[in-house]
Amino acid sequence: MIRLERRADLPRWLNWAIPIGSILAALVAGSVLILASGNSPFSTYSRIIDRAFVSSGAFSATLIAATPLLFTGLAASAAFKMGVFNIGGQGQYVMGSISASAVGLAWGESLGKGVIPLMIMAAIVAGAAWAGIAGALRAYLSTNEIITSLMLNYIAANLGSWLIFNSRSYWRLLTGSGLMFPQGKRLPETSDWPLLGLGSVSVPFGFLVGMVFAAGTYVLYRHTRFGFEVEIIGDSPAAASYAGMRTRRKVLAVMAISGALAGVGGASDVGDFRHILDPKGLGQSGYGYTGIVIAALARLNPIAVIVVAVFMGGLDNAGRALQGPGFPAGLVGTLQGLVLFFALGGEILARYRIRRAHHRIAGPVASALAPGTDSPGGGRP
Amino acid sequence: MSTPTLPPPAPPAVLMSGITKRFPGVLANDDVSFEIRPGEVHALLGENGAGKSTLVNVLIGLYRPDAGTVQLDGTRVELSSPGDAIAHGIGMVHQHFRLVPTFTVTENIILGRQGPLKLRDAEERIRALGEQFGLAVDPTAKVWQLSVGEQQRVEILKTLERDAKILILDEPTAVLTPQEAHALFDTLRSMVAGGRSVVFISHKLDEVMAVSDRVTVLRDGRNVGTVETAATSQRDLARMMVGRDVVFSADDVEDRPAIDHDRVVLRTVDLHADDARGRRALRGVDLEVHAGEIVAVCGVAGNGQRELAEVICGTRRRLKGQVLIDGRPTVGTDPRELIALGVAHIPEDRLHTGLSPSASVEHNLVLKSYRHAPASSGPFLNHRYIRRNAGELIERFDIKTPGPQTPTRLLSGGNVQKVLLAREMTGTPILLVAASPTRGLDVGAIEVVRGLLLDAARRGLGVLLITEDLEEGIALSDRIVVMYEGQVAGVVPRGAADVIEIGLLMGGKA
Repeated sequence: MIRLERRADLPRWLNWAIPIGSILAALVAGSVLILASGNSPFSTYSRIIDRAFVSSGAFSATLIAATPLLFTGLAASAAFKMGVFNIGGQGQYVMGSISASAVGLAWGESLGKGVIPLMIMAAIVAGAAWAGIAGALRAYLSTNEIITSLMLNYIAANLGSWLIFNSRSYWRLLTGSGLMFPQGKRLPETSDWPLLGLGSVSVPFGFLVGMVFAAGTYVLYRHTRFGFEVEIIGDSPAAASYAGMRTRRKVLAVMAISGALAGVGGASDVGDFRHILDPKGLGQSGYGYTGIVIAALARLNPIAVIVVAVFMGGLDNAGRALQGPGFPAGLVGTLQGLVLFFALGGEILARYRIRRAHHRIAGPVASALAPGTDSPGGGRP
Repeated sequence: MSTPTLPPPAPPAVLMSGITKRFPGVLANDDVSFEIRPGEVHALLGENGAGKSTLVNVLIGLYRPDAGTVQLDGTRVELSSPGDAIAHGIGMVHQHFRLVPTFTVTENIILGRQGPLKLRDAEERIRALGEQFGLAVDPTAKVWQLSVGEQQRVEILKTLERDAKILILDEPTAVLTPQEAHALFDTLRSMVAGGRSVVFISHKLDEVMAVSDRVTVLRDGRNVGTVETAATSQRDLARMMVGRDVVFSADDVEDRPAIDHDRVVLRTVDLHADDARGRRALRGVDLEVHAGEIVAVCGVAGNGQRELAEVICGTRRRLKGQVLIDGRPTVGTDPRELIALGVAHIPEDRLHTGLSPSASVEHNLVLKSYRHAPASSGPFLNHRYIRRNAGELIERFDIKTPGPQTPTRLLSGGNVQKVLLAREMTGTPILLVAASPTRGLDVGAIEVVRGLLLDAARRGLGVLLITEDLEEGIALSDRIVVMYEGQVAGVVPRGAADVIEIGLLMGGKA
């Protein structure tokens, strides 16, 4: 007989063991599916690992896939840390993309490479402002930020489509093939973000920027008064206002920070990869939503977000590269789903411990799962 | 009043033998045996964490013991759910009532009943039961219209209506005036006179002495002993509970703080405020606290005491009136203003308002000082100072914690309160507003907290002690301010305090 008992506290090692265990469990479950499809799990996994991390150029491609996830993962964890549920990473990503491409189109020629910091700045402002709408509504009118930020995603997506497909906007290519097929203007090449060679691996500039932001977020949340306030407000808003913290302002600030991070992701999308405003591609990517998964797997730790983003980016990259006969279509997506599934299952292990019940009195022991408030564990000396 | 009916001896109404219940890291009940005779009021006494709740939860079928058996009237039973316990005639009145406010008394009592029933018949039955046991309450009234005391009667009626032979009451007097408590005791006596048994869980030794026939004391999950109430004393019980002698009443306190009558650290003038639901909670409160003085605010819960503390500390807006701290008028809209003026505040909900439960002990100890040096410099926290500060306070206030980084919610109630007091007493406060600072604590911790309040007054702070425990108010304070319906119903100076008179003031009957 197995039963669950509420944990008083989460041991440190489980912070690592649970995500890693979830991934391993997902691989085991995935191998059942691979066997069912008539393939060898071992060779399939070794091909995935090869195409994600090992073979020539693989890791560079993985970093490209990981870069957007890094930003949206950071965005989600920055907000979720305070219990503010910013589901609007996707919309903020789109707004960052729109503003960065505007800046690139306008000043790419005249400023040369100097336009890159400007693109980042513009994306920060746009992402923060877009998230700030939901933040202000939550802070001052107590609306549910999950709903408002989610709805703003649709508005941002429609704004992007309108700029390219339904208007003669500044972003739209109105000459040549653009007359036949609606598309965005190519940004001047000076606004392309550089690829930095590190041995055989080329690292997108955006990925480096993301690592800097990850470190910055870590320091902000761990070592500053602001981070202290975020911790307290996230845990107990009543205690925060009792101590004189300005909780509303902090909600707004955290939403803005989260939106800014997602926005820079949008700028990197334009600067590193697409070089045009591509609302359809942005919409199909769903990076904003994947970011939530990344943040959850990273247990909201910004440094862990880097690792998880590279892992998930690697799966994406390998999936794209291996698609075709002999490789089950959709396998990678299924694996990603399984990883999330097991990670959420692993949360149960984080909150409860499994014990084998020794009871001399027969019968089911579902009732042994004590309600938290009544558990004497809470009153332990 | 259990007259031994010999021969043959009647089997005990309840016999729990060798109950052992383990939780992660805690042995909540360790081979506990507990016997309840028919027709007795049996008090269950023990500090928090002593295992009372666990034992009772086994009896009401909420927990299954790891070892041990339960017999009812000499027959072994398996209680695997609360439904089983009810079917066996075991009823419980929880500390927090489980009533639907928008339903009538009768609807609440018959809630969950199956089969055909006539509301009118049920009302009659409830009315009759109420008369029989002195539990007067209108069966057709909606529960939200009832006072707390009346709601408790509904809970008791609920168990009687289900024909409970064994009634368990968890801290039933915490919400009652002394008069209501005595009425409850009369009810309990009439219930046991009819052959029922009552288990009375309480912290208050005087009540245990007044109402029970026998007392069982638990400590650290073990049964320390069961004694006849008539053959014991408060002091003996306290010693059994804590395992040593305890300083108890005000008479034991020598060296009372000296009051500086020239310095008024708190003055409220015509204070008006609403409660959280927008109903008027304060209707013109005037009071004063001098430096070195302890003023107790007594009253039945919900008469504005909580709001008074919040308004003084700036966490609740006042509608009208003025709060002067050390003679200085305040704006009263920002807790920071009052913190800066030297107002320390122990809020009623200490773990969730006074502290951030999941944050570490060291962070909670700088919850109000993190904004300034030395806890932070510029935007950055000074982790080294925060750690050192925690080390010093943990030692000075003897806070039992595995370490400074332990989440505060994992500490015992007494240590949680020590963390809060340690933080509030650092710096240079001039006024301490403490709302129910000993509620829910065990005897040992109550002693410590009361000692800290007296220390605060000795250091020259004014102390406003809001308490529902009249004994505590009388023991500690220089003056007692009684509140009723948002107003000061009377002020009783030390020495002239008379429980009956104060009780009448608390009930608005003076």
